[in-house]
Amino acid sequence: MSCSNQDIDLEEEYTPVPFSLEIPEIFQQKLIAPLIPNNNPLTEEGVALGKKLFFDKKLSGNNSQSCASCHKPENSFTDDTRFSDGIDGVFGVRNSMPLLNLAWNFDDKFAWDGKELGLERQALEPIVNPIEMHSDWETVVAKLEQDPEYPILFSKAFGTSSIDSSLVAKAIAQFERILISGNSKFDQYLLGNATLSLEELNGFTIFMDEEKGDCFHCHGSDNNPLWTDNMFHNNGLDTNFSDLGLGAITGDPNDYGKFRSPTLRNLIFTAPYMHDGRFTTLEEVIDHYSEGLQPSSTVDPLMKKVDQGGVQLSNQEKTSLKAFLLTLTDFEFINNPNFRD
Amino acid sequence: MLSNCSEDRDIRLNPVAITLNFSHSWNGTEITNTDFNQLKFTNENDQILSIERLRYLISEVSLTHESGEITILDDYNLVDLENNESLSFRTSEGVLPGDYNSITFRFGFKQEDNSDGAYQDLNTASFNVPEPLGGGYHFMQFDGKFINSASDEAPFLYHVISAIDPSNVNDPIDTSFTLNMGPTTIGSNTIINIQMDVSEWFKNPNTWDLNEYNINLMGNYEVQLLMNQNGSSAFDLVSITQ
Repeated sequence: MSCSNQDIDLEEEYTPVPFSLEIPEIFQQKLIAPLIPNNNPLTEEGVALGKKLFFDKKLSGNNSQSCASCHKPENSFTDDTRFSDGIDGVFGVRNSMPLLNLAWNFDDKFAWDGKELGLERQALEPIVNPIEMHSDWETVVAKLEQDPEYPILFSKAFGTSSIDSSLVAKAIAQFERILISGNSKFDQYLLGNATLSLEELNGFTIFMDEEKGDCFHCHGSDNNPLWTDNMFHNNGLDTNFSDLGLGAITGDPNDYGKFRSPTLRNLIFTAPYMHDGRFTTLEEVIDHYSEGLQPSSTVDPLMKKVDQGGVQLSNQEKTSLKAFLLTLTDFEFINNPNFRD
Repeated sequence: MLSNCSEDRDIRLNPVAITLNFSHSWNGTEITNTDFNQLKFTNENDQILSIERLRYLISEVSLTHESGEITILDDYNLVDLENNESLSFRTSEGVLPGDYNSITFRFGFKQEDNSDGAYQDLNTASFNVPEPLGGGYHFMQFDGKFINSASDEAPFLYHVISAIDPSNVNDPIDTSFTLNMGPTTIGSNTIINIQMDVSEWFKNPNTWDLNEYNINLMGNYEVQLLMNQNGSSAFDLVSITQ
């Protein structure tokens, strides 16, 4: 009877405040509005709950890991290891993806292989994955219900103290959607508030040059400040595939070896690189596109000089390209206290 | 009776939207994205090729009324064969129902509309052209592979943009073009069914040798003009339904 009254009281308090998303000026100029699902609007209470859940180790089977264990704010919400180990010490086979600007992924396909349709569905998966957080929803919900704070926070966020997996995922997705990075040196350059060195400018020219780097077809441009197309490409890593990527999801052999283009923002924090973290430095990544491309049946035509190993950049061009890429570093994002535990 | 006639004359027609549906063929055989990534097409130059990506821009639907009045609908649409929703385009602006001598649309953007970075949805779709190549947007991104003269698989990137004359880099040549679908009657639910014959881009009037022109074509002024000529015969009206 007491509990029942508490439920009623809590539900009467349901007056969530719409969350005002801080959209960077350069995004407002260049991009369409972010995708916020009608059935999970951003609220102050929902985002706050999502943040608490994101950093809470209760969500794992032995209370040792949270989402942030593999998606650390200081690493642009990835980690610094090739593969991440779960609570049982078992390592996965993919590099943890950075989490930023996710509300502009309009195809709503997440993870390297696009298997997660929507952030809400994505947020469900690691918690029960046996090699990640290795818990189950019955246990997680019980832990949250026994916590003195969570029932109240859920009531404030969703109008009910009855916790379930769907609401947990919704809250985490809300927090993930506010992880916006749009204040790098290059953003400020585009806004006329910063200057680039000659080397950085040369690097940008190489990035945009069809006959040099030709990076813009997959990785955005000054007009697409997401610095990704969020599409799936085989970028010539392997001739034979140990990981089928998108192809394992669609079952289509034409998709074998295709992975989602990651954003180029904050690369200084996100090493190692590629879906399997095979490259430990940016130099190795640039060398791959310059000389290391491997032919295969599904290599993207945009890897156009695969027969020569790549676009054959000079050492000076590689240095300039790296200098430009580092102008996409957003320290404000990394240090934002709103994104930290 | 007189009253009825008067009422008839007073009926006000409201503008109606038009739907343009785009289908695609290879030499008349219909193709969809399920035909992608397969070396199953042969061009006019007897080269075997695959289609791996095909996106193009249409804009400026224009109708010339029997009275001579021209209505231009200020819309555009990125047709992407990997996105079925994009194959059907309903104009956001309307036109008065009636008989029209012609309906046309534009492939690409005319020069004054091809403003660099001006369209947020096209920016988000990464359809931009780098500023040194004139800026603005691709008109078409057609990527695939072909069997080259050494019998190897090789990529081609048939990207149509405004042509930059190296002798006059500040004044790109408008390589967009309009396509006239002929007379039509616009009713409350008019659907214009248009088909692109993809093979035409390799055929008419310029027989395309992929061994010669395959990658790095955006900055090739002469090649952009050849593309412009070939594209003009690539679109046909299939039907108009009411």
